[in-house]
Parts: sequence; C-alpha cells; structure tokens
Amino acid sequence: MNLEIILHAGLATGTILLFAAIGEVFSERAGVLNLGVEGMMLLGAMAGFSTSLATGNVWLGLLAAIIAGGILSLAHGLVTIHFQADQVVSGLSLTFLGTGLALVLGEGLTGKNPPLVPSFNIPGLSAIPFIGPVFFTDHSLLVYVGYLFVPLAWYFIFRTRPGMHLRAVGEKPDAADTMGVNVYGLRYLYVFVGGCLAGLAGATISLSVSPGWYSTQTTSGQGWIAVGLVIFAQWDPLRAAFGAYLFGALRRGILDLQGPAFLLGMKNPLYINSNYGFFLQMTPYVLTILALVIGSRQAARKRLGAPAALGLPYIRGERGL
Amino acid sequence: MKLPFTVMFEKRMDDVPKWLPAATSIGSVVIAFIISGIILKLIGGQPMRVGKFFFEATFGSWAAVSDTLVKATPLIMVGLACTIAFKMKLWNIGAEGQFYIGAFAASLVVLIPMVPLDSPRFVIIGLMIIMGMIGGAAWGFIPGVLKGKFGVNEIITTLMLNYIAILWNNFWIFNKWSDAGFQMTPPFEKTAWLPRLADYAREYKAFSGITLHLGVVIALVATVVVWWVLERSRWGYEIKLTGDNKEAARYAGINIVRNIILVMMFSGALAGLAGMSEISGVVHRLQERISPGYGFTGIIIAWLAKLNPFAVVLVSILFGALIVAGREIQPSGLAQLLQGIILFMVISSDVLLRYKIRFIRLHSPAAGEVEVA
Repeated sequence: MNLEIILHAGLATGTILLFAAIGEVFSERAGVLNLGVEGMMLLGAMAGFSTSLATGNVWLGLLAAIIAGGILSLAHGLVTIHFQADQVVSGLSLTFLGTGLALVLGEGLTGKNPPLVPSFNIPGLSAIPFIGPVFFTDHSLLVYVGYLFVPLAWYFIFRTRPGMHLRAVGEKPDAADTMGVNVYGLRYLYVFVGGCLAGLAGATISLSVSPGWYSTQTTSGQGWIAVGLVIFAQWDPLRAAFGAYLFGALRRGILDLQGPAFLLGMKNPLYINSNYGFFLQMTPYVLTILALVIGSRQAARKRLGAPAALGLPYIRGERGL
Repeated sequence: MKLPFTVMFEKRMDDVPKWLPAATSIGSVVIAFIISGIILKLIGGQPMRVGKFFFEATFGSWAAVSDTLVKATPLIMVGLACTIAFKMKLWNIGAEGQFYIGAFAASLVVLIPMVPLDSPRFVIIGLMIIMGMIGGAAWGFIPGVLKGKFGVNEIITTLMLNYIAILWNNFWIFNKWSDAGFQMTPPFEKTAWLPRLADYAREYKAFSGITLHLGVVIALVATVVVWWVLERSRWGYEIKLTGDNKEAARYAGINIVRNIILVMMFSGALAGLAGMSEISGVVHRLQERISPGYGFTGIIIAWLAKLNPFAVVLVSILFGALIVAGREIQPSGLAQLLQGIILFMVISSDVLLRYKIRFIRLHSPAAGEVEVA
C-alpha cells in the first residue's frame, strides 16, 4: 500500500478511460449518444495490436487503432443521423459488431509481442518531490498526451467558435441550422472524433497499459464505464478527466488491499481468503453506479442536464433525409 | 454524372402495410448472412462450406433440431424480458445479470436445501421456478428504483449489475459450494432436473438422446403471458402508452415511477426464469459461464421480432441455431459478428417503415413515378 505507486498506476489506467470518455463527450455534445464505445475500443485495441505486430512500428499501430475506431463509429453515424434509427439500439449493435469483428480478425494474436508505446521521464519535472514520481516518471507517452489533451478539449468545447457550433448542434439543432451551421456534417464529424478516441483508448490498453490481446477480456467493460463517466462528468472534459484518474487510482488501490497480511492492526480478511477478491473485483462496477447516482442527483439539483437534443435525430422540416 | 431519376424520401402518412415489418426483418437477416459470407471470404474462409455445416449442425437431424430448441429456450424468455422493457422504452441491458441471479436463487433451493431433496419433483421444481423469478426480479428492482426515484440512467446500471452478478456467482461456486475445488457446485439431485424427452427413451425409442426439456413449455407459457399482459391487460396498455408518449401517460394519471419499477422487475423475473430453466434443464448444477451471452442476444431478438412476443419465439429459434453452430464454427467471433450485422440491418431497415422511397424520373413528359414500398 504505497500512495505513490497507486496514484502512478491510477494515472496510467485512468488514461484509458480518459480518452474514451472525452471522445464520448464530443459525440454526446453534438447530440449523438454512442453506446458502442466498448466495441470501438475492442476493435481499436485489436487493430493497434495487430498493426504494430505486423509492421513492427507502434506509431502505425496507434494510427490503425484510431482509424478503426473512427470508421466503425461512422456506421453508427449513418444509421442514427441519416436513417434516424434509435441511438440506443444502434449503439448496442455497434458493440456487438465491434466485438465480433475484433474477435474474428484478432484470431491468434494472443501471446504475441509487438513493439509497445515507449515510456520515459520528463526531464526536470520528474525531480519534483512526490509530484515528479507520480506524474512525470516512467509513464507511457500516451499518459503525457492525455495531460495535454484534457485542457485542449475543454478549451475547444467552451472557448472556441467551432466548439460553440458543436454545442449548438447538440442543444438546438434547428437554431444552429438556421444560422447556417451544417448540423448533419458536424454530427458525423464528432461521432467520428468520438470513435477515433475510443479506438485510441483501446490501443492504450493493448499497446501500453496492459499490453497484449486477451479477446473480450482486453477491455472487460471499460467502454461501458467510460459511458457512465460521461454522465458523472456532466459532459465536461475536465470532470471526465478527474473521474477517469480517480477511477484508475481507486481501482488500483482496491486491488492492493489484497497484499498485506495486516490492515489497520487487524488480520486482513482478503489476505486470508482470496475468494473475497471477487468482491474487490466488483468495486469498479459498484463505483460506476454510485458515480451515476451522484452525477444524476447533482444534475437534477443544478438543473444541469444532458445536451437538450441528445438522442434525438434532427429532421429538417418534414423531409428528413 | 447525372442520374436520370432522383430518389426522394417521403414521410409515410398512411399505415404501414402489414407485411412490411416482417419483410424488413427477414430481409435484414438474409443480407446479414450475405455480408458475413463476404467477410468470411475476404479473410480466407469458405462461406459455402460453413453455411452447409451451419444447416446440418442445426436442423440436419432430430437431435440437431432438439439441440437448437434447447438453445432457443432461454433465448425466448430473455427475448421476452427485453421485449416488455423495451415496450416502455426502458433499456434493460441487464438480462444477462438477471439470468445469473435467477440461476443462483433457483440453486439455493437445492444447495441450502430449502426443502428435503426427496420431496416430489413438482415441489422442488415449482420452488425453483419461483426462486428464479424472485432472484431476477430483485436484480431488476435495483436499476428500476434508481431510474424511477433518482433518474439514474438504467442502461449503465443494468450493465454494471451484469458484471456484479457474474462475480457474485463466482464467489459462491469457487468457495462455499465448490465441488472438490472445481469452479462448479456438485450436480443437483435428479428431483431438481426438468424432465427431458430422453428420460422417456425406454417407452419411446425415438426419444433416446433427445435433450429437449420442459423448459421449452415454460418458455411458451411465458410467451402467452407476456402477449396477454401487453395486448389484453390494462397494465400493458399503460406500459405501451408510457413508451409511446411519456407526457400523455403522465396526464392520463399513470403512475410512471411505479410502472418503471414493476416493469423492470417483471423483465428481470423473465430473465431469471431463463436462468432457472438453463441450470435445471441443461447444466444441472451452478457453474461458471452458464450463459454465452444470452442476455445480450435477447436484445437483438426483441428488436428483430419488432417487440412481438410470438415473433420472439421464431427469432429465438434462429438465434438458437446460431449459437449451436457458432460453438464449432471457426473463427469463434463469427456468430457474434453475424448478430451485430443483423441488428444493424434491422434498425437501418426501419427507415422503410417510416418513409416511402420514391424514384422520380427527371425530364420525362409523362413524369411517371415509380414507387417502392
């Protein structure tokens, strides 16, 4: 039980959720709920892993993961934006589709060792006591990318003109349309951005945080946790990042509870009977439910809600398509 | 390039023709099979051989048909569970977890045991049915209350509860009820088994090796009950009205919070019943992986059946066949991929139910219009 180690590991695993959740923030801010995050992540994890293995180049692997997630998300875009299908059902089928594709194309990848994303220290910053070892030492490049990405995403959404258009499309698409904003085009774009980030999140698992291909165990429900985080985060990248890192750290801290024989001066029941570990494994899922309850209550009190047009297809006039 | 005609989508004002929903569902399945075949070809497989194998493994003999029906049995109940929830636009993605908890609760009857194990079969099995439904309903109650009272998104909560249910199940089968350290309980007493056709092989030769069990009858009874609730009862009317128009339902004085909780519990009870049927009719013990994702397949089934209880039965047989064949088809994800494509085709084709497609000829003096669907 070492706080430094727990926080360090939390930042690494939190980066997975961070990319996926912020990607979903973009998509939902544009008014498209995409429940297919789990499927896109798994496909991204597979595409990244196999490309890195085949080419020996991890950067091509990351690129492949991003593109794979993005392309898969376009299927959701087509069905929900143009065919006005129910976004919930379409997102679910995207999960099936992504999972199925990843399993079929990922046959025989288990146990292989492709090049991975490099880890390194940030010179200078890593020397700061406590903060250095936690934030700037021996992290994968993707973790550092995550640090930079969060404020950029926030700034883009809340402080730039394209970001304002993004929010308008999700809040009042008809008004945005009247102002000459391309509602359909922007929705496609941000669904695609969300898919790309989910793909990257998948590759963050398979090429960095817990390298390898373990079929559906690779993501083990993290895509769904990311979708839950977005609600907890009230569609704000900063809160999403906070939630993602907190989640990562809690997850690691809880696993570490199994280690010591004595805890707070008492015999550690988890150490004596490892079967109680099943309850530990439940905690991420219980925490997600709790986070949702808290997020929903806060949202109700502050009258903060989802983007007003979230889940609704935009139909211009009567013609629709 | 300029096409000689233009395609227009027109909002459908008249009623949808009766045959169209069924036609889009069947068409979706056919197209999905073709697309999967193409994908299989592209990655170097032999679609025709796989197809032939698929048919033989699922409908090629009486034993194969029985296998398919055995797999269809839990799917029918889980499909019904999703149907009733989706009618109210409640996205119960948690049938998988409700299935596990239903199986767990039904096992309690034997494992505690709640009644002496030499009691008559109908007592034990009756109690298992009740416990299975209670277990599933309890697991549906949690997201129901969270949704009804606190407005918490039920998609995520039901999904998280799936993982929790499987881990809960594992805790018991790895631990207290483990059979000599294996990850399963000891086999149940024969009195806790649903009767199978094979049990009567001595009287009727043809039944030997036929594993079809009483669960299929339970599933069909459940189908009629769900149909009755939805189409003939006042509660069903409330469910459908709330699903179609929540505001109208509120003004009509329908207690939406109560209905959310009740529908989630009913849905959970049906999924729990599926879990009971599977352990009592097929596995005969509680163990890991009693479901290869039945709960998720139920979602696709409900949608493909257009939320019609009787159509759920037919679609479940098709998906039962997919599971039977999928166990042996390589690569292993193929069945799942096929399911994903089918669902995508179904929801895409729904556009045909809402719009008419018109092909309008340009520059033609007759200005003839060709109408499709």
